[in-house]
Amino acid sequence: MADIDLPHLCRLAQLALDGAEADAARADLERIIDMVDRMQAFDTDGVEPLAHPLGTAARLRPDEVTEQVDRDRFQALAPAVQDGMYLVPRVVE
Amino acid sequence: MQPFTPLAELARGLRDREFSSRELTRSFLDRIRDHSATLNCFITVDEDRALAQADAADQRLAEGSATALTGIPIAHKDVFCTAGQRTTCGSRMLANFQAPYDATAVARLDAAGAVTLGKTNMDEFAMGSSNENSHFGPVANPWDPARVPGGSSGGSAAAVAAGLTPLATGTDTGGSIRQPAAFCGVTGIKPTYGRVSRYGMVAFASSLDQGGVFAASAAEAAVALAVMSGFDPLDSTSADQVDPWLNGLGDSHLAAPAEAPVIGLPRQYFEGLQDGGAALEDARRTLEEAGCRFVDVDLPHTDAAIPAYYIIAGAEASTNLSRYDGVRFGHRCENPRSLEDLYRRSRTEGFGAEVKRRILTGTYALSVGYFDAYYLKAQKLRRLIQNDFLAAFGSVDLILAPTTPGTAFPQGDLTDDPVAMYQQDIFTTPASLAGLPAMSVPCGFADGLPLGLQLIGPHFGERAVLETAALYQQHTDWHTRHPEAYA
Repeated sequence: MADIDLPHLCRLAQLALDGAEADAARADLERIIDMVDRMQAFDTDGVEPLAHPLGTAARLRPDEVTEQVDRDRFQALAPAVQDGMYLVPRVVE
Repeated sequence: MQPFTPLAELARGLRDREFSSRELTRSFLDRIRDHSATLNCFITVDEDRALAQADAADQRLAEGSATALTGIPIAHKDVFCTAGQRTTCGSRMLANFQAPYDATAVARLDAAGAVTLGKTNMDEFAMGSSNENSHFGPVANPWDPARVPGGSSGGSAAAVAAGLTPLATGTDTGGSIRQPAAFCGVTGIKPTYGRVSRYGMVAFASSLDQGGVFAASAAEAAVALAVMSGFDPLDSTSADQVDPWLNGLGDSHLAAPAEAPVIGLPRQYFEGLQDGGAALEDARRTLEEAGCRFVDVDLPHTDAAIPAYYIIAGAEASTNLSRYDGVRFGHRCENPRSLEDLYRRSRTEGFGAEVKRRILTGTYALSVGYFDAYYLKAQKLRRLIQNDFLAAFGSVDLILAPTTPGTAFPQGDLTDDPVAMYQQDIFTTPASLAGLPAMSVPCGFADGLPLGLQLIGPHFGERAVLETAALYQQHTDWHTRHPEAYA
């Protein structure tokens, strides 16, 4: 059975799972990792990993200003803003 | 207005002024209203917006500047951003999200004059094979409301199957167009990775996500695909692929292939099928009588596809979904005690169980000590899976396979077993990992429920895929069957 350190994974993923939800998530993850462990049966020695299906390098464009950021329009989506700033709880006391 | 009227007839009726786009749009909006309670295929329907678009289309039709899609109603999977209409992605996280811009695919369809009826229901963040993971409730299969429509584009597939829209967009990361197309008895195409711009498509797994379309036939899907596809400088992975054939499709009928293709049958895809492979065998015979030649091909790494897919898709999802932090947009928890608490509670409240599972799977695969054994291993297997296809396409033009192991399953059957749910994607994930164009076409029934066949082509081989599907549909009438309750 896979060794799942759920509190560690939750810290990395910024999720808070407790009680029954944590138990279910751990059980599911164990089954999922057991399933993906089928990969280990395939010999991949010397195989180059494939990150992009067309194998192409990222395209570059000329270094020119092509759009202006419309701060007001984007900040209209935010849960809390003030004077053009995003508001979050105080970080430094 | 009759539902299920062929697209070409709708376009002709609009051009000849037999009916207006407003009348056509109104008739589909009425059908959506009549069936929304049972099917739940739409998350948002904005009648005023649709009718305003229809009026603009009528204006264009009167001026003689119409395209093949001007005035034709379409529905968009709620993963595509639409300015001025909310884009939820099936998630509580984005339940009130108003995108500040249109997805390129939407903008292109709008520019062609298509009329947006609304936004269709989907598995949250496109993660699922049953449409049971939506914050807005499950979608019912029009052939049997107790069964799932497939996922993640379940709302789009069900809407086309029930005649609530002639066309609907979808996205396919590991089968999310093809599997619901098969379960709902409609035609659906996932183009080559990079063919349709991902700009404005809410990201799930960026190296796999690809937009496509559902329609009643290959010919109709091709008309919409021609408009949606093409290079887009706003998507850094958009393919700079000029294809005069595709762009010139318009409303002309898809021709049969100039030369009947040689089609490969991968034996790995024919084991354990619900109907014992009978529907596929009939399809093979039909295509053979139409001139196609069949040979066996070997895709030996097929069994590695599901594990490799769930590692790669999970890893990319855990990265992509890190943007949902409750700060700039999306759900924010009440009264956060600290920045950390804001992040954690906003994400925990905003995401559903399956999305959390995928994020945790991806986080596991990318974490120190597991990266090589899982993520890198999956990427190597992805190379071997792609190599299998490239080798097969050395001797065949296309590959014929089932889309799914069986018909639509009852709602609730697999919800407690994510691993069993993932196995549903066994025949669709390989083409996704390889970035190949693939489509699902109705090919028969088992116990009164539709079955789909899958045609897979080489990169940018949509022409052979679509033309062969059209050839098959000239010789069969499975794609013209409709669920009784909606006929």
